[in-house]
Amino acid sequence: MKAFTRLDARAAPLPMANIDTDQIIPKQFLKTVEREGLSRGLFYDLRFDGDGGPRPDFVLNRPEYAGAGVLVTGDNFGCGSSREHAPWALMDFGITCVIASSFADIFDTNCFQNGLLPVVLKPEEVQALMGECLGGNHMVSVDLEAQTVTSPSGKVFAFEIDGSRKTKMLNGLDAIGETLSAAADIDAWEAGRALTHPWLERAG
Amino acid sequence: MRGMAGKTLYDKIWDAHLVAEQDGEAILYIDLHLIHEVTTPQAFAGLRANRRKVRRPDRTLAVADHNIPTEGQGLGVGAVADEEARLQLASLERNVADNGIEFFPMGDIRNGIVHVVGPEQGRTQPGMTIVCGDSHTSTHGAFGALAHGIGTSEVEHVLATQTLRQKKARNLRVMIEGTPAPGIGAKDFALAVIGEIGTAGGTGYVIEYTGDTVRALSMEGRMTLCNLTIEGGARAGLVAPDETTFDYLRGKPSAPKGGAWDIALSSWKALFSDPDAVFDREVRIDASAIAPLVTWGTSPEDVIPVTGVAPSPEAFPNPDKRAAVVRALEYMGLEAGQPIASAKVDVVFIGSCTNSRIEDLRTAADIVRGRTVAPGVRAMVVPGSGLVKAQAEEEGLDEIFRAAGFDWREPGCSMCLGMNPDRLAPGERCASTSNRNFEGRQGRGGRTHLMSPAMAAAAALAGRIADVRDYLR
Repeated sequence: MKAFTRLDARAAPLPMANIDTDQIIPKQFLKTVEREGLSRGLFYDLRFDGDGGPRPDFVLNRPEYAGAGVLVTGDNFGCGSSREHAPWALMDFGITCVIASSFADIFDTNCFQNGLLPVVLKPEEVQALMGECLGGNHMVSVDLEAQTVTSPSGKVFAFEIDGSRKTKMLNGLDAIGETLSAAADIDAWEAGRALTHPWLERAG
Repeated sequence: MRGMAGKTLYDKIWDAHLVAEQDGEAILYIDLHLIHEVTTPQAFAGLRANRRKVRRPDRTLAVADHNIPTEGQGLGVGAVADEEARLQLASLERNVADNGIEFFPMGDIRNGIVHVVGPEQGRTQPGMTIVCGDSHTSTHGAFGALAHGIGTSEVEHVLATQTLRQKKARNLRVMIEGTPAPGIGAKDFALAVIGEIGTAGGTGYVIEYTGDTVRALSMEGRMTLCNLTIEGGARAGLVAPDETTFDYLRGKPSAPKGGAWDIALSSWKALFSDPDAVFDREVRIDASAIAPLVTWGTSPEDVIPVTGVAPSPEAFPNPDKRAAVVRALEYMGLEAGQPIASAKVDVVFIGSCTNSRIEDLRTAADIVRGRTVAPGVRAMVVPGSGLVKAQAEEEGLDEIFRAAGFDWREPGCSMCLGMNPDRLAPGERCASTSNRNFEGRQGRGGRTHLMSPAMAAAAALAGRIADVRDYLR
């Protein structure tokens, strides 16, 4: 996993609540067997019209937000399907931080598996940040170590993050490798389980 | 004093699967890992890249369901017209063969939607932890199993370690009580819950459904209820197992047999929330007050009775919600104040992991019997599995649907998410028994109204959203 420490980037405001993972990446892009290249499907129906032409008013199509690395959006971002293609598509597009007042549970977990930082701010802070990003200056700073977001005008918003997740993000740690370091515990637990729940042991 | 109080069912299953704790995260053992073609290719690639093996192939079961066509399945994967889908299916076949994982391929009578197959095979059992790279894994909670969706990185983690790193959720009890009116069932209860708590209301919680109305539900009904838990934001929903659960499981292919059944049964009977267990939050639903429900908008929380009208944006104090309502009305092609029962439908879809089991098909067939689908309506039934399809055909349900003008398809996820050729065209309105009415979910520009199988059957006959109570026998 890629580490996330600090990000100075343009922030694109997307003022909608309940953006679901079908919106983030529609079904037709899920038939891939790769993790890369999914940016072409990111927000497809919002970014492109029925003929595949870009919708000029969509925030990520506007030249002033070109190269945005941060998305500022509404409540319950990432609800719906468990598709990890959603964070993959965001990252492939270059967005490595999403700021919202809340995130759906599975999406949130998926972000942390990939080095995409979901930042939860209070609704009024998201509103303020969104307002600033709609103006002429869209540069924000996200500092994971300090747990702060600095707005274009220099306002500093602090955010909470789970300690173990923070450590993994800062260091880009591989969760599987870490769990496998407890392989002896898993072996022992499994052996005990076989005794108490013998019917779950399927014959070869 | 949380430590002194009794345990909830969720607490008990959690504690029973806690292997270790590392850096404040629990390592939770996973009893059953269900996999399918769409969310696993990258996980197997990750294993290969790191020279890791599948730890417990015997606790893993694979099906092909999300992108398969619902006709011509007997011709095999090589005949699937969509090249990307074909490659993804072939990739699954290779991965399960390489790792010795049991697999029901497309066309096998045991194949079908992953959340239909697990229970009907008896692989889903009370007290288990179950995961799958699909958010509707919450379905299996109907058996008193802790079951939830995971992403592909977590699929890889479970394949490699048979565990998942987790933070414990909070406990939410949803009590559903009272006798429902005829024609109202599990789908209506589930929509009522989502309408009550909102689409993010359950975020961070595991829900336990209790109450006499839940106890009276069949396993199929409980699966529908738990299936839709994720649409209220909670990852997992639970129903404590009881005689209904045990009767369903007895004799299923992978259920324990003989003496093992007795041992299992005594263990399963301890799976309930202690009377003094403390829930972080409680919600009550009066089932006797519920009318048949439909969604009008593009979020599962946009629930109204079939006798209701599309809402007015001004009715919502929250400006974000108001804007969302304006957008949803426009997308859905509805006017504020328009009676929902006036909305003409183009397509009727009976299927999905929410409502494609035998009881769902029986309920719909009972409404349809001897009647005809309205002119111009494309109506389809997609059974949840090959076994459901065979059972329905044995009961003559396929004949009832066909005689009425329904298309009788082969099993799969189908138009619930439109990854296969079963899709809505732009602007088409669909009465659907599925689980998500998101923009574009069933096809770009498609307009989805979620409802029960009986309500969808009534809509097919009326050619518009209709009150099933006018069609009861």
